[in-house]
Amino acid sequence: MVSHNEVSQTLAIDDREELPTRVSPPPVDPPRGRRRTKPSRWAPWLFLAPWCIGMLTITLGPMLASLFLSFTDYNLLGRLNWIGLDNYVRMLTDDERFVSSALVTMQYVLVSVPLQLAFALAIAVLLNTGLRALPFYRSVYYLPSLLGSSVAVALLWRQIFGSDGLVNQALQGLGFEGLPNWIATPEYALGTLIVLNVWTFGSPMIIFLAGLRQVPEDLYEAASVDGASWWRKFVSITLPMLSPVIFFNLVLQMINAFQAFTQAYVVSGGSGGPLDSTLFYTLYLYQQAFTNFNMGYASAMAWVLLIVIGLFTWLAFGTSKRWVFYAGEK
Amino acid sequence: MMTNLKTHEPRTDSRRERVTSTRDRPEMIRRRRRRALSRAFAHVGVIVVGLLMIYPLLWMVASSFKPQELIFSEPGLLPTEFTLDNFVSGWDAIGVPFGAFFLNSFLVAACAVVGNLFSCCFAAYAFARLEFRGKKILFASMLGTIMLPFHVVLVPQYIMFQSIDWTNTYLPLVVPKFLAVDAFFIFLMIQFIRGLPRELDDAATVDGCGPIAVFWRIILPLMRPAMAVAAVFTFIWTWNDFLTPLLYITDRNLFTVPIALNAFMDSTGASQWGPMFAMSVLSLLPLFVVFLLAQKQLLKGIATTGLK
Repeated sequence: MVSHNEVSQTLAIDDREELPTRVSPPPVDPPRGRRRTKPSRWAPWLFLAPWCIGMLTITLGPMLASLFLSFTDYNLLGRLNWIGLDNYVRMLTDDERFVSSALVTMQYVLVSVPLQLAFALAIAVLLNTGLRALPFYRSVYYLPSLLGSSVAVALLWRQIFGSDGLVNQALQGLGFEGLPNWIATPEYALGTLIVLNVWTFGSPMIIFLAGLRQVPEDLYEAASVDGASWWRKFVSITLPMLSPVIFFNLVLQMINAFQAFTQAYVVSGGSGGPLDSTLFYTLYLYQQAFTNFNMGYASAMAWVLLIVIGLFTWLAFGTSKRWVFYAGEK
Repeated sequence: MMTNLKTHEPRTDSRRERVTSTRDRPEMIRRRRRRALSRAFAHVGVIVVGLLMIYPLLWMVASSFKPQELIFSEPGLLPTEFTLDNFVSGWDAIGVPFGAFFLNSFLVAACAVVGNLFSCCFAAYAFARLEFRGKKILFASMLGTIMLPFHVVLVPQYIMFQSIDWTNTYLPLVVPKFLAVDAFFIFLMIQFIRGLPRELDDAATVDGCGPIAVFWRIILPLMRPAMAVAAVFTFIWTWNDFLTPLLYITDRNLFTVPIALNAFMDSTGASQWGPMFAMSVLSLLPLFVVFLLAQKQLLKGIATTGLK
């Protein structure tokens, strides 16, 4: 729920101004359900009109169109031919770049999301110990999340992990030698993007902080009386009580990570290099669609992405019964 | 939690202490000291990690005031030589002055904010308060679009906008916002409206207000907090949006800031880090200002809905 405080504050003002004069002598109280139904046929559609138009023309229409295109060889110029499942077959059997882009993206998701959430949780727990300057630290940690998706930060990353960038300057200061250009080395380039995603752990951290505040203090007190260690309390109280929030963050960040585009594009100059090591799925899709104009093939890739994201989300929901604990239940 | 770190003593020790009451006080002091120590430890950890996190950003700001050759030799923050040259040369680096890009970006972001507020409020009110046929299906499909990856609609949208000659205009960036395409905000607003007491609507209805008057006089004025959250996030997302302008805007005069920065990078390679940092810093400035002004809305938005 969005801040009850604020709602009640605004309401309090309205209460004073309007309610007493107009509402306070209530007419005979009819049953609740009947009173509010004064149905107007067209009013709802008036309010829904913009959304309906958008849904049809900007979302649903194009969605179906891309499903259709995915079975064709449309390339913006020539006539389109129905080629059945050829695009999908080609992806899996005859396109090394597709396979490598899928693997790169999978690595990115599977490594950066858990790391990001681990950092978010660790810092949230540290911040929740009752530091006086909490709002300040929270802002500092959130700032990278706010700026992280910008082109400016991607450019900064190119410099930081360049051959004479900030990271190498620092490492040289510590006595390391023969340091690589991280961005231009196939083994490390993806790593720099993973670091970038982990760096933006601020927004899941804020969600964790909000969740931590909901954990009843008396659970910890009871555990303290029983002599539980700090770690024990973390594992047996914090983690289970926080599991719905962990689940929420996991699904959200996973979906985001699958769709990461800007950072890979800018850091690699649009190429996904070196040696396709940062060729994210979305970046390859972009190249197919807008460099090679293989609109049909790109549409097929988009649908595969949709299915994979759907599958992972479903998987997360499916396993959630085993590890997500809702305090309200049972 | 961290405060209790290490306060748990080995059992034999504490038993002995409990028996000999004379040693109770030093034990308490020691315990308090440990607690203070662990709290200080947590504090130091928070500061160190925070500094590490924020250092690249501070360094970029500092570097934008350094002469080019110092950027690569000085990892420290305080420039030994202070210059504004980077800003001067960066401003005109790609032919069109950066001021134009900023104006373009502001224009697009402002339209997007207005569009999102206008269309999402409407839809949210209908879903939260009005009864109509097919509501369940429409609501479910609205929720479904929240998770829909943008790439699924990317190609047909591009073909469509191109065929009606909308390339090199801001229409593909702005019109969808007026059609409530960001379903996330509809959802946020529905949740908010559901939190408002129905008695207000009912009272107004008794007084003869129709659904439109109820929306205009009762709901909309109360929705300001939710609208603020939506406005802040729409601004940030539009300001940072890279893919959409990259697709539709090829005329340099119409560039928004993100694609202008990217073009800057493309045209100069890695040779002009100073001016590029200067322009990057400027491009982050509006976000930073929004962050300072609207921190409350930002944090609320994230904590309640997980917006990024």
